Amino acid sequence: MKSISFSRRGFVKAAALGTLAAPMLNIKSVYSQSGAFNWKKFSGQSIEVSLTLSPRGELLRRHEREFTELTGIKVGSEIVPEQQHRQQAVIQFNSGNPQFDVITISWHVQKRLFGKSKWLVDMKPLLADRALTAPDYDFSDFTAGGLRWAVQGDGRMDTLPLNIDPWMIYWNKELFAAKGLAFPKTFEEILMAAEKLTDKASGQYGWVSRGLKNANVPVWTSFMIGHDMDPVNPKTVQLQTTTPEAVAAAEYYKKLNKDFAPPGTVGFNWNESQTSFSQGKIGMWLDGIGFAPPLEDPTKSRVVGKVGYGIMPSGPKARHSATFGDGIGIPVASKKKEAAYLYTQWATSKLMCARLLQSGGGSPCRGSSYSDKDVIAGLKLPREWLTCLQESTAIGRPGLPEISPVTEFRDVFGVGLTNTIGGADARAELVKATEAFAPVLQKSEA
Amino acid sequence: MERDAVPGEMLATRGRGFGHRYLPFAYPALVITAAVIVFPWLFTVYMSLHDWKIGQDREFVGLANFVRLAKDVRFLESIGHTLYFTALAVVLPLVFGTAAALVFNERFPLRGLFRAVFILPMMATPVAVALVWTMMFHPQLGVLNYLLSTVGLPPQLWVYSPGTVIPSLVMVEVWHWTPLVMLIVLGGLAAAPTEPYDSAKIDGANGWQIFRHITLPLIMPFLLVAAVIRTIDALKAFDTIFVITGGGPGTASETINIFLYLQAFSFYNIGYASAVTIVFFVIIVALAVVLLWLRQKAKWS
Repeated sequence: MKSISFSRRGFVKAAALGTLAAPMLNIKSVYSQSGAFNWKKFSGQSIEVSLTLSPRGELLRRHEREFTELTGIKVGSEIVPEQQHRQQAVIQFNSGNPQFDVITISWHVQKRLFGKSKWLVDMKPLLADRALTAPDYDFSDFTAGGLRWAVQGDGRMDTLPLNIDPWMIYWNKELFAAKGLAFPKTFEEILMAAEKLTDKASGQYGWVSRGLKNANVPVWTSFMIGHDMDPVNPKTVQLQTTTPEAVAAAEYYKKLNKDFAPPGTVGFNWNESQTSFSQGKIGMWLDGIGFAPPLEDPTKSRVVGKVGYGIMPSGPKARHSATFGDGIGIPVASKKKEAAYLYTQWATSKLMCARLLQSGGGSPCRGSSYSDKDVIAGLKLPREWLTCLQESTAIGRPGLPEISPVTEFRDVFGVGLTNTIGGADARAELVKATEAFAPVLQKSEA
Repeated sequence: MERDAVPGEMLATRGRGFGHRYLPFAYPALVITAAVIVFPWLFTVYMSLHDWKIGQDREFVGLANFVRLAKDVRFLESIGHTLYFTALAVVLPLVFGTAAALVFNERFPLRGLFRAVFILPMMATPVAVALVWTMMFHPQLGVLNYLLSTVGLPPQLWVYSPGTVIPSLVMVEVWHWTPLVMLIVLGGLAAAPTEPYDSAKIDGANGWQIFRHITLPLIMPFLLVAAVIRTIDALKAFDTIFVITGGGPGTASETINIFLYLQAFSFYNIGYASAVTIVFFVIIVALAVVLLWLRQKAKWS
């Protein structure tokens, strides 16, 4: 093994030369010519990658052979459904010996737990290491929104930004036109439109959104942030789930899902909502923007070309789109951190981010993906989708609190919300859920 | 003659020191039992006495987890759901399985083929079965509501309403496991003597009387075996419920298993989940005792 070492004199010389040469030469090419960074440096190693069953995970797996060609590093990837993936990860990290060298995590569920447990490597020193970071990686290209998610409270950055998923409203233009309606601008207008679009006799409903416990919590928080209120105060980490704003949001949730949504929404997750909407008998569907591709696929949908991509309307006090996101990181326990780091760079490279956007499977956190004309030209979804994505990201606000027991939070409040669709009193359900969850939160923060 | 002597010889050589000489052969089994049954059990008890959450410090709390369980409405409701589900998922397959066995015990053309078709559901993987039923239950797009509409009945909410969720889930269980009961009872019918039937016919008994007073007592031991198997299966039912409803809507179909799963693998409350396991264990032992007692009673009669 040849190790690279610099003498101080050599370094000073090189720096002086570099300074002189800088105006004439492209700095980046100096580095690539110097051989300091080399994709093939860890050729022959093999790494394990743990991904979720999502357009993001599938995209990475589909192109992983390119990574092997680029680096000579073999990749074994495992794709697991999201919920199970999260459980598996926690159990494996807790055992102290995770079986993977790279993992994608959902910030909105796992960020705080992973940050507190310090399970993942801090990326900042790696990014600063020019022998390991590709000269064309262009870290400054990452959006501020993506980086805000990726950085922990203590300043460590234990993931690289992979994807941000803002919530918006899919709307059926044909049904709206038939009633002479325009896309709503405020929460009140949503209610009015939903009422006009609902015709139970013919099986047509104005609204659909998740009613299934746990999955339904982001629907409620989407409304709550329109009241300029978060479920947990980010500074004091106190629950704000019985505030008048929280109750109003829950009542609003109840009204839409009980009166204007198809029967059975209590058991609907995004996929049931998607199926319903794609049948053409639903006016509006509130969910993540990443679920668009099947709606524009003629083999799966009856609403191809009729889908409007609406930005979340204004609430009584604010206008926000609830956002969620994923990052990609390296376990501290991994023995092949360098090879794993190359993989994370490749996964968040300009090329892969562009592909993610073009497929409509998510919204990458790189500015270049949206400004590059070639990328936009290759987009498989309507332009309106892209506009909606950009404008929604601009008004983004986290849809779930940054706490460790997020799953328990979603479950406890999710049950209460589901109960409201059945007719239960929104305020009473929130009080009950808050009482049950407050001790859990308190203990987790102790 | 010499063959008879062999067991005697073996007995004679057994006597003294048998245990010492042959005990080593039992060690592997003992070690494995200790490792995979006894140790986890004791460790579960140990964990149940701690406030133990993955990612947090553990703390000895004595019986506090059990006290909390006794007050946890969601847990108490889950016991109720489990018992409701189990009762339906045992009784209905027993009734339908017995009826089917009576039919298949008669001679009719293509009996073998129909029998084979009837037991097909048993061969399907539970998760696959659950996924198919999930689609069939869909209130707008599912085939069940379509079938109802063809006979003029209003659509139902099936697993999408707290009131009908458990009976709907039981439907899946019934479809899946009635064939098993049928097979067991069919075995019982095949083994039944024919004489009592002949004499009953001479005495002029009608079909119901023959079933009630001859067939039923004869197949009773088999029905009890089927009941035991079904009870065990129904109590541990997890896959179908988890896939179809995940315990919902709300908590309406949350059985002890689902509650346990949530606590252990979603909320990572290892200590609390261990306490649930122990309570569940006690419930199962109690049910086993009741069933054994019933079996004894059936023998006496």
